[in-house]
Parts: sequence; C-alpha cells; structure tokens
Amino acid sequence: MRVLVGIKRVPAVGGRIVLSADGTAIDTRFLGSTTGPHEECAVEEAVRLVAARGGESVVVTLGPPESEEQLRYALSIGIDRAVLLETAGQEVGPRATAAELVGAIRDLEGNGGPFDLVMFGNEAPDSGDFQVGVRVAEALARPCVTGVKALEVGDGEVVARRDGGRGMEIYRVATPAVVTVREGLNLPRYPSLPGRLGAKRKPLERRTVEPGADGLRSVGLRLPDPDGRGAVSLGSGAEAAPAVVELLDELGLLAR
Amino acid sequence: MSGAPADASTVIIGAGIVGNGLAWHLAQLGETGIVLVDKGPLPNPGGSTGHASNFLFPFEHSRMMLSLTADSVVQYKALGVFTESGGIEVARTETRMQELRRKVSTARAWGVDCHLLSPEDIKKLVPYVNDELIVGGLSFPTTGVVDSLRAGTIMRERAQAIGALEVVGNVEVQGIDVVDGRVRAVRTDTGTIRTERVVVCCGVWSPRIARMAGAHIPLTPAVHQMVSVGPIGLFAGTEGEISYPIIRDVDTFMYERQHGADMEVGSYAHRPILVEPDDIPSIAESALSPTEMPFTSEDFDPQLADALDLMPELLGDEAAGVRYAINGLISLTPDGHPILGPSPEVGGLWSAAASWIKEAPGIARAVAEWMVAGRPELDVHEADLARFHPHQRTRAHVASRAREAFNKTYGIVHPSEQWVEGRGARRSPVHARTEALGAVYFETAGWERPQWYASNEALVDRYAERIVTRPAEWDARWYSPIVEAEHLAMRDGAGLVDLGAFCVFDVSGPGALAALERIAVARLDVPVGRVVYTPFLDEAGGMRADLTVMRLGTSSFRVVTGAGVGMLDRQWLLDHLDRDGSAQLADVTSGWATIGLWGPRARDVLSAVCAEDLSHAGFPYGTCRVIEVGDSEVLASRISYVGELGWELYVPAEAATALWDRLAGAGAPHGLVPVGIGVYGTTARIEKGYRSFGHDLTPEYTLCEAGLERRAVKHTDFVGRTAHLAERSRPPAARLCTLALDYTGTDPGSRRYPLGQEAILTEDGEPLVDAKGRRSYVTSAGAGPSVGSHLLLAYLPPSASVTGTRLVVECMGERYPVRVVVEGNGAVFDPTNQRMRS
Repeated sequence: MRVLVGIKRVPAVGGRIVLSADGTAIDTRFLGSTTGPHEECAVEEAVRLVAARGGESVVVTLGPPESEEQLRYALSIGIDRAVLLETAGQEVGPRATAAELVGAIRDLEGNGGPFDLVMFGNEAPDSGDFQVGVRVAEALARPCVTGVKALEVGDGEVVARRDGGRGMEIYRVATPAVVTVREGLNLPRYPSLPGRLGAKRKPLERRTVEPGADGLRSVGLRLPDPDGRGAVSLGSGAEAAPAVVELLDELGLLAR
Repeated sequence: MSGAPADASTVIIGAGIVGNGLAWHLAQLGETGIVLVDKGPLPNPGGSTGHASNFLFPFEHSRMMLSLTADSVVQYKALGVFTESGGIEVARTETRMQELRRKVSTARAWGVDCHLLSPEDIKKLVPYVNDELIVGGLSFPTTGVVDSLRAGTIMRERAQAIGALEVVGNVEVQGIDVVDGRVRAVRTDTGTIRTERVVVCCGVWSPRIARMAGAHIPLTPAVHQMVSVGPIGLFAGTEGEISYPIIRDVDTFMYERQHGADMEVGSYAHRPILVEPDDIPSIAESALSPTEMPFTSEDFDPQLADALDLMPELLGDEAAGVRYAINGLISLTPDGHPILGPSPEVGGLWSAAASWIKEAPGIARAVAEWMVAGRPELDVHEADLARFHPHQRTRAHVASRAREAFNKTYGIVHPSEQWVEGRGARRSPVHARTEALGAVYFETAGWERPQWYASNEALVDRYAERIVTRPAEWDARWYSPIVEAEHLAMRDGAGLVDLGAFCVFDVSGPGALAALERIAVARLDVPVGRVVYTPFLDEAGGMRADLTVMRLGTSSFRVVTGAGVGMLDRQWLLDHLDRDGSAQLADVTSGWATIGLWGPRARDVLSAVCAEDLSHAGFPYGTCRVIEVGDSEVLASRISYVGELGWELYVPAEAATALWDRLAGAGAPHGLVPVGIGVYGTTARIEKGYRSFGHDLTPEYTLCEAGLERRAVKHTDFVGRTAHLAERSRPPAARLCTLALDYTGTDPGSRRYPLGQEAILTEDGEPLVDAKGRRSYVTSAGAGPSVGSHLLLAYLPPSASVTGTRLVVECMGERYPVRVVVEGNGAVFDPTNQRMRS
C-alpha cells in the first residue's frame, strides 16, 4: 500500500515561551525544532503499515529549507522518501497549505499511483487550526476521519476509531482516505543509528512553492499570564449562563 | 521559597559539583556561616553537572590535572559514588599507538596504572568492539564512573548537618556590590546578603556572574554533543550502571560508555560551537535544562558512521534508538586549565570554575584550602585565575583558543605545539628586525618570540658534525637543527637575543626594600647596582617564583621575570606588599625592550658601540648600571641564563630598534648571530643546569631539593623561612640532577630524544620513588651541543643522585641508557663558570 504523511516543522519550546521583539513570532534563537506528537504517531503508523503490508511511505512538508531536518527524522524512523514543498519561510495559513499539498499529492499520485492513506496530525502543533487534513480530503473528494486513536487497514478499506463523547466511534471508510491522528495511536520509536545514517541517503525531493494568500493571517502573539491567573471561573452548569452572557456583552460580541 | 539570609561569611554561587564540594570542604576546615545559592532547583539546578557523562580516566599529560583527578577519585570513593569500570583508549593508527606508548611512559613516571593491549585483548574485554579496525589500545583499569549529582548532594547535606551551611535554592543573583575594590554584598531577588567573600562556582555562567563584580573569569560555554542509544540488547542482562570498560575511540574523538541499558556516545569531533554566556536560555525557557541545548544532528551525524564502524552490532541494533541527544554545554578556557583562586581584580571575589567532573572534588578541596590556609596542598598555579595577562581575558582571545582547542580534546598534542589562531597579540619592539631574519615564532603569553632564525640556516653546515639529526619525526617536530647551530655560534662568538617578552616590574617607595626582603629568599639589602637572583617561597617552603631583582636605587628595584609566569609573580608581589602604600609596584613591561647579548665576544661587540669601561673589573658580573650606547641610555645588567659573558640590555621600547641595529652592525666582525629562545630557554640553560620555573621548579619540590639553597640563610625574616630552616636540617628526599643520554655504540637511526615528562627508571626498569612518594621523571630535556649529548633534568632519590649512576629513560615504550652527569645543582658545561666571569 502507499501511505503519505504530512508533517510541520515547529519550534521545540521549553517551559516558558519567549516572543520576538515585535511580538509576531516565537523567539527561536535558542530553540530546537520538532514536529508535534500527533505527527510523530502518524509517521510511526505509516512505517508500521508499510512494514506489514509492503508498499511505500512518503513524508511531505511545506515549510522553509530547514524543514529537511524534520523530513530526515521521519526518514530515520523508516519512511521511504520525502518531499519538501519549500517556501521562503513566510507564514502560510491552512487553506493555502492544503491547496499546495493537494497539488503535490495529485502530482505524486500521477507518477506513482494513488495513496491508499493520507495521514496528518489531528491539528497543527503550533497554530492548532484543525484544518489541513479536512481541507485536503475535501479537495480530493476522499472520506476523512479526524481525531483517530486506532487504525486497522483491510483490503480497500480502513477502520478508524476515535473518542466520542460517551464512548468509541468506529468508522469504516473506503480507501483512498484521509485520516488525522492523535497522540496515543501508537508509541513512536526512537531512530536507530543505522536509521539515522540511512536517512541521509534516502531520496528527498525539493519543490519550490509560492503559496497564495490565505484567509487566515496572524497579527500577533500574546503570552498567557504566567501565574495562570488568566482563567476565572464563571460558575458551572446552567447557573453560569448569565455570567457568560454578561461577559460576552462586555467584550462586545453580542449583536444588539 | 525561603529568602536569602542577611549575612554570610562566604557566599558560594552555584550548587553544582564544585559549589557543593567547596561548601563541604570549607565546613570541614572549620568555616561556618556559609551560604550556598543557586538559581535552579536542587539537587539538579540545571548546570553542566546535571548532564555530565560522569566518567574519570586517571591519566592526563598535565600533572596538575592528573593530581586533581587522583584526589577526586579518592573523594568520590569515600562518598560511595564511584564504580570502577576500567577504560580503554583504542588506536586505529600506528601514530596513535605511539601516542599511547608516550602516555605509558609518563603514566609510569607519575604512578598511574596502565598497560598496552592487543586488538585480541580488547576483544576479550569488550566483545562488541570491531577488532579489525584497531591496531591496539591502552587500558587504564582504575577508570570509573561516578554519580556526581549524588556526590554533590551528600557533601551539601553534610555541611548543612554540622550547621556550617545554609542552602538557598531558586534564588537568582542579580548583582555583587563592590566598595573600594572589595566585595561587600550579594544582591538576590529575595534580598541582599552582606558578605566579604564570594566564590563563583557557576560553570558556564561564571563570566556573567564575575562581571557583576566588574571582574573577569575568562571561559566560554561550548557545546559537547552526546547521544544515548538504547535499549541495547547486550546490556539487558547486566547489573548496575556499567559492566564493560569505557571506550575512548580517540582517533575519531569519540567515546562510548555504557549507562544502564543505554550506550552513551559523545563527541569532540564536531565543529566547535561556542555560546555566549548571556545567550544561555533561562531555566524556564529551556526544553530540558539550560545547559542541555537543542541537539543539532547535522553536526553529529558525520561521526555516527565512525561509532557504528567500531561497534557495528551493538550500535547497529535496529531495536535500539537514540533516546536522548543534547548539545551539552561545557566550559572551555584559553589554556585548557580550570580557573581557580582569588580574583586579581576584586578583593574577596574567588573563582572555582571550568572544572570537569573528573577533577571537581579535588578542585573544591584545593580552593577551600586556599581560602582558609592561604595555600592549597596540591600545586594548582597553572589554574590560578591570576595567571591571565590582560589580552588573555578578552572574549576574542578566549573564543579563538577555545575554538582551536576543542578538537584537540582527544588529539595528539606535541609538547611544543603552537597555536594557529589568535597569534600576534603582542610583538616585541624589534619584531620587524627578527621577522626580516626569518624568525620562526613560538608564542608565550601572547608574545611572538623568535625560537630560531631561518637566516642561520648556513650555520647548520658549518657545525654539521656537532649537530644531532633526530631520526624520529616526533622528536624533530617543532624543532630545528638551527637551534643547535645558533647555540654553537653563540658559544664561539656571540648571540643577540630578543627578550622582549620579559615581565618588568618596578617596585619602589620608602618601604620597597623591607617589603622585598620579606618576600625574597636572597638578601636584597645590597649595594645599588647589584643584580640578585632569588626564589620566592610560600609559607610551607614550596617554590613560588624564581626571578632576578636589580637594585636601581636606595628605594627602587626592578624585578624581571618570565612572561609565562609573569602575572602570577606580579600577584604574589602585590599580595605581599604592605597595604600602607609604602611600596608601589608598576608593571613597566610595555615600556622596556630587553635585548640579550652573550658569548665570548660579547664585550668586543658592546665595546664597539659603547665608550664606557666594560672590563671585568669595570663592570663586574652580577651588577647593573646605565650605559650610553649611541644616543640611547641603556640599563645593562651583567648576568646570564646561557652561561656566557654578556648583558641583558634594557632600553626604552621606542629606542629598541636603534639599539638592535647598532649591535647587529657592530657584531658582524665578531661572529654575532641572532639567537632564538630554543637556545636561551633550553639548550644553553640546560647545559648550565639552570632550572626553569613550572618545569623543574614547582611548589611540589623544595629549594634544597632543587639545589637552590644558599650557603647561609639570611637573618631577616622572609616568607617560608621557618619551613626552609626546618628543611635544611634534613637531607633532601630528592635532588634535581642533570643526566645525559648515553648513545655510545648505538645505531643513530634508532635513537630517541626525550622531550620531557618521561619516566626515569633503574637499569632494571624499576621506578625510582623518593621518601615522599614522588617518582622520578624528566622535568626538562634538551640538546647539549657543546657537551655532545642530549641532557635531561630529573629529581632523583639519594640512592640515584650520585654522579656516574646508570639509569634508563623510558621514551615511547623503549628504554634508553642515561648517566647522572651532575648531582644536584651544577653545570655540565663550564662547571666553574669561567666564561661568565671572564
């Protein structure tokens, strides 16, 4: 089977996040980079599926040239090859990201056949948009299950499980399909030394992209109150409703 | 959070292994009211102790570092945190095997247990090593691992338990108040602690903390990469932390050390990565800890293949993953030594920084003794904070040397090896002249000193039959036969020596004589115009300095010493001058150039440019006076470190080139040649048996053992007098003797020429151990072209310190016959000093 995993390079922040002087970004001078825990599970699952069933796994990311580091990490875990949709490092929103990914997937599938499964982390590890997986599925007209915590692959179908409000929701969808997975799906391995060395020799294709404008644009970041005093309980249950309404009114969010 | 107390006898900043150890040792020495603060949480506040690989090999080429490690092992064992694992340095090349054999010889001299291994031997001890890749190895069976966090905790808690120490964690030091040049208080975010004494034990943060007091601690944080790979199948059945010897794969600058189920792989092969102390992230901002910075795999990956080659099955295990990988921060200094002792810049500020785990408890003890008793038992002068010349404290210098030194951590470093970067910091006023003569420069304390001159190449042919060709590349590295040619030319005619690197201190004032008399062993109440050679002792009678003093006036003296130890000597003088200001020290090094003129024709040369009476009667040995040379006033001092007639000529820096040119011009008919430090510092002085501070003279040996005691002890008191008097009443436990290699009848192609630190053994190969437990080794070595043999200096116990005694020197694993040619202090060349006194 053919599996594609999409990942995103993000800062590996410590306990306290430091913002850049202009407040528009995280100060990454002394930070490493990583992907998110959901994405690590997606990579691990892809490696396991292909190891068990044969085929090919591909990892893709859209980001600056340095994103090669995250792609090589996925290759060191056991992904077969990587594609870097290389940007100039600018912020790219979920809609534009999805559009570029869809273009790349169509192109890759044109050469190597369809991906039975396209996997993403449940949400972007930094911006938390919850959008890219769904948008890609929509554009490719494929079924999509989000928040997946367990996955079984059969012939022409996958069974995906996710936490429902009061139990487990189970979806059986035909492949090709898109799933976005959550941490806990599996226990990702650490790269072995041969894996790390081998990753340097695995193919990594770079494609320069110029993503279009996006509807979503960040204007600034603000750190939460370090003391955690930012959260104030407005009460619980139905009794809290008047206070909530009052607050929304205060914030000017209620139409009059 | 408990706040900082209002007062402390001593504030120790930093609760790593050094700060905790220091607290305990101070407490043991009876100190109370000690306060230990750290910004981080205990027991692991986030410094370099917390991520150390925690292994200790017992050997170093530096005797000081070796001694500190040896003391640390004793302490770790007493704390119950030491596990002996054994350690093996493996060699992939024959060049490395030679280096390992060199280590064997020095290790034997200093009493460290080690032995060479074949690849098969190594395979038996460490079955996962690919023995096809290696040509041999060196086993240090007493190598071990420690739990340094636990050791620190135990020492800290013991000091607390006896009521000597108060510990305040999670407190940030925000300032150090200095009034009238002395520490008065430490300001923290929970209050101000009044104190007269602060010790900076802050590892990589030390420069930042010292700067709060307006002082320097010249180190730089640098990255040492380490990964931990596991779980290793082979280690599943082993008990405890470590069951196999630690491997140092020194040719690839890496180590592999079992740590429980994992193998830690560390590297000194990656590009040097320096970090500015101010750029270390805070505890809150750090993903792991401030000193465990994000791993940069692109720097480490090139070394992975080397590790896999050496341990293909163990590290190639697909089930074992890289579970932990860091760019760990360590402290690097310009000369690789720790930074200890009182700050010369701020009174009451101390440093105990730039320590590895392997010497930390030893350093803690030494600094505690220093603080309480004024002197550490171990000789740590090479680690003294006061050793740095001003340019050596600059960030640019520290960074340049650290960058170059990093990849030498496991390198093969020749004893004469020169730095490539950061050169040219200080140039003698006659540099342009020496450069034009093709000087090959060696650096001392930033000074570029001519070691020999290419312009003297032709002399090699003239003296060909008296010059030794060194067949071994190692012995000939950083050396030239020109040195021996210059030596012979000086002894036949005259030599001109650029001594611009000398440190020159003028001590003057109404109290100058009394102050210097209290510091010096020799009598300085001498007529104006006399030059006196004198050692300085510490209270225990150990050698602290040896230098010359000129009495220029009734209350003015000029002290001249070598550049390498100059700052230490300066500090020693300052520390012992009266506080009332009756004697002042001025460092006039930069104002004066020194040119040496020596040889049987020196008087002829100087007379050609100077009309004054330079006869032996008119200008006796051991005197100095101002003479006119052309239009310059020159302070001429008739002494010699090379055993020849001649003068040190002190001239204002701006007039130095003119003096050089006059002498060079006048000297041509007398066979005057420029002569480098290779002659001045080694060949000529060793023929005369002159001792060199730091090599032959250290606080570890006494004045009598060095043979430098005078016939009578001066009646006025001086530092170390009591100890010296006691010592004189006993026969010395060892005597510094001159030995000559005896190559009669041997094949010239197989001869080796020791360079220093080799073991001196009996003819049967047994170590020579004196009554104080010290083993004999080569303290200085050099050619003796005028006497036709390679000469060595070594301290020998009474049984061996007899002229004619036959011994052997072990050099690179082979033994060569030597003979004692001078017992005690004396010269093998011109023993009655006819030349100097003619």
